[in-house]
Amino acid sequence: MRIGVLTFPGSLDDVDAARAVRLAGGAPVPLWHGDHDLKDVDAVVLPGGFSYGDYLRAGAIAARSPLMQDVVTAARQGLPVLGICNGFQVLCEAGLLPGALTRNSHLHFRNRDQVLQVERADTAWTADYAAGQRIVIPVKNGEGRYVGSPADLDRLEGENRVVFRYVDGNPNGSSRDIAGVASENGRVVGLMPHPEHAVEDLTGPSTDGLGFFTSILKAVVNA
Amino acid sequence: MSRVVVDVVLKPEISDPQGQAVLGALGRLGHDSIRSVRQGKHFVLEVDGTPDEAELKQIAETLLANPVIEDVELHLTKD
Repeated sequence: MRIGVLTFPGSLDDVDAARAVRLAGGAPVPLWHGDHDLKDVDAVVLPGGFSYGDYLRAGAIAARSPLMQDVVTAARQGLPVLGICNGFQVLCEAGLLPGALTRNSHLHFRNRDQVLQVERADTAWTADYAAGQRIVIPVKNGEGRYVGSPADLDRLEGENRVVFRYVDGNPNGSSRDIAGVASENGRVVGLMPHPEHAVEDLTGPSTDGLGFFTSILKAVVNA
Repeated sequence: MSRVVVDVVLKPEISDPQGQAVLGALGRLGHDSIRSVRQGKHFVLEVDGTPDEAELKQIAETLLANPVIEDVELHLTKD
């Protein structure tokens, strides 16, 4: 299974994301933002970092890069996409996911191990979890406060598209403790915390993040 | 050449912690009459020929501002 990992200028966690794909048993395929070539991948991961230095708004310029235009077209046709942290910001800016990520309410960069509740275990990226399960993975952001108009948030909840919520403390002031959301078809998922940093006991607080990458390999096989 | 100014501010319902931090600093400096601060962005575009207002509106609303969280104002001035 070929899982693309898209690198922008300023991406930081593309190497960890590729490593997580490999540990889960997939073949990571490096993708470059300036190309127009998705290299026949079965799914795409948009990694964390500070693409284009977060200029204009976090993720705003990356969302308009050449390869992202191809990712948007392919995602609308069903290509699974996972956006982690900056990747989540890119997905919101690209219009593939609703809402926006803004400056943390307390203005501090927050870096810690975070408990999340899995709200949806039927997306392409979360099938190896159980609904209601709690996982611990790192969170690290300065602009991770998920916001939307109350009407948009109500619609999102009504459509059951909140995939993760923060538990035991909201690290950034996100509305309704929302840590991650999904597209209508459940194939595009974005979240602020970092599953790719929790795939080995040596370096992570847990191996709870590995499930994202094993889930997508199964989803691709079954597609 | 024309000059186009685009002002972008967070929508009223989106909280602005940076503006609140500035307000806090103003209070500490004794400026007690300042009731609220909203921080935004200010873009100055120089445009060849006569600016196409529809095109500029599209630029402002699709790239310079994120309509999910921000309001945008266009100001056209001719040199």
